[in-house]
Amino acid sequence: MDRKIRVLVAKPGLDGHDRGAKVVARALRDAGMEVIYTGLRQTPEMIAEAALQEDVDAVGLSILSGAHLALTPRVIELLRANGQTDVHVFLGGIIPEEDVPQLLAMGVAAVYGPGTATGKIAEDIRKAVLGE
Amino acid sequence: MNVDETVQAVRAGNRLALARLITQVENDTAVGRAALDRLFPFTGRAHLIGVTGSPGAGKSSLVNVLAQELRRPTSEKPDRRVAIIAVDPSSPFTGGAVLGDRVRMRDLAGDPGIFIRSMAARGALGGLSAATAAVSQVLDAAGFDVVLIETVGAGQSEVDIARLAHTTLVVESPGMGDDIQAIKAGILEIADILVVNKADRPGVENTERALRTMLELAKNHAAADAWLPPVLRTVAVQSNGVLELGQAIEAHREYLQRSGHWQQRDAERLSTELDHLIQATLVARWRSTLPAGALEAALVELAQRKLSPHQALEKLL
Repeated sequence: MDRKIRVLVAKPGLDGHDRGAKVVARALRDAGMEVIYTGLRQTPEMIAEAALQEDVDAVGLSILSGAHLALTPRVIELLRANGQTDVHVFLGGIIPEEDVPQLLAMGVAAVYGPGTATGKIAEDIRKAVLGE
Repeated sequence: MNVDETVQAVRAGNRLALARLITQVENDTAVGRAALDRLFPFTGRAHLIGVTGSPGAGKSSLVNVLAQELRRPTSEKPDRRVAIIAVDPSSPFTGGAVLGDRVRMRDLAGDPGIFIRSMAARGALGGLSAATAAVSQVLDAAGFDVVLIETVGAGQSEVDIARLAHTTLVVESPGMGDDIQAIKAGILEIADILVVNKADRPGVENTERALRTMLELAKNHAAADAWLPPVLRTVAVQSNGVLELGQAIEAHREYLQRSGHWQQRDAERLSTELDHLIQATLVARWRSTLPAGALEAALVELAQRKLSPHQALEKLL
């Protein structure tokens, strides 16, 4: 059986707008991936726990609240602490340009702003996970 | 981690090792098979509870509150560990899936005695995926006392769960069809416990009456010692009726063990599993012996109506 790419799509923090997360979840589904969608207002602890139980290859975080510099490193820290050192973390939402280098330095694989073609996200994840 | 280390870690309660082994088993890899061989002697202890019913009946919400009820410490069972397998459909076109059952199970986050795994059906049609039985064995061997298995939203004939689970809950909600639906064959027949969820909605009396009438008819030709499925009302989002549901599940488990049906269901389940394995393996072996192009050639002749399906079969065998 061919290897299925499993991706957790999660919304940490308090903003209640998950349209973008759902669009990305749907696009990854259409790219043949298995997407675990966890809904709104997840704590970093809940996200890391779900990523562990689901043994995902990648975690996508959607953040529009401006709290990305606080939430993202916490999620990455917890994933690593659980032994999931090989999970790719990508970020979407409203992320100011000047924060991107800092996020990449924290270990985020990619940051996607509004207007990103969903096909590109799927392609990036596939390449990152399969090591192409 | 090699197979020995994986098996040891899973038995010792290592959650990362467990999650990774489930992936191996789901993908039917050599490592997954070898680990399952080693874990199999430790299976047969967990109570497998199936939760099925129409899409939108409230299965995930019910599992959310039921898992909490089963976790509640009692004098006999101070710490029951609960695993959940939640199956959702795969796209028939891309093979992808959005697995969304965790959205309704957020109350279970942070409880180390609970382990939730979402699975895509991956083309299987009976409401489960091909690997669900094997994954339930892994969780059983990992020491979970209860494994809750939530099927895809089931229509009328997704009844595989009844062959896998010891106890099958069929979840209905008011307004899902008249009483003729209740006398059709299929999903209602497999219920050990019938749950009318969303029981605060109008029409709950009608739904309950239709189900009870159906059960009364079935009772007439049931054996004297047969289990009579109770009909229970719940409002999962308010946790109403969940205590009673937990008691009914416990009563069913006691019935199964008292009557010998526990062992009988176990034997039937293993027989079904072996049967599936034999079929899949023989087909794969036969395919590997086919000369290249033989199947394609037969398909062309079939499409041209030169052969009937049975004649094509004769030719290929």
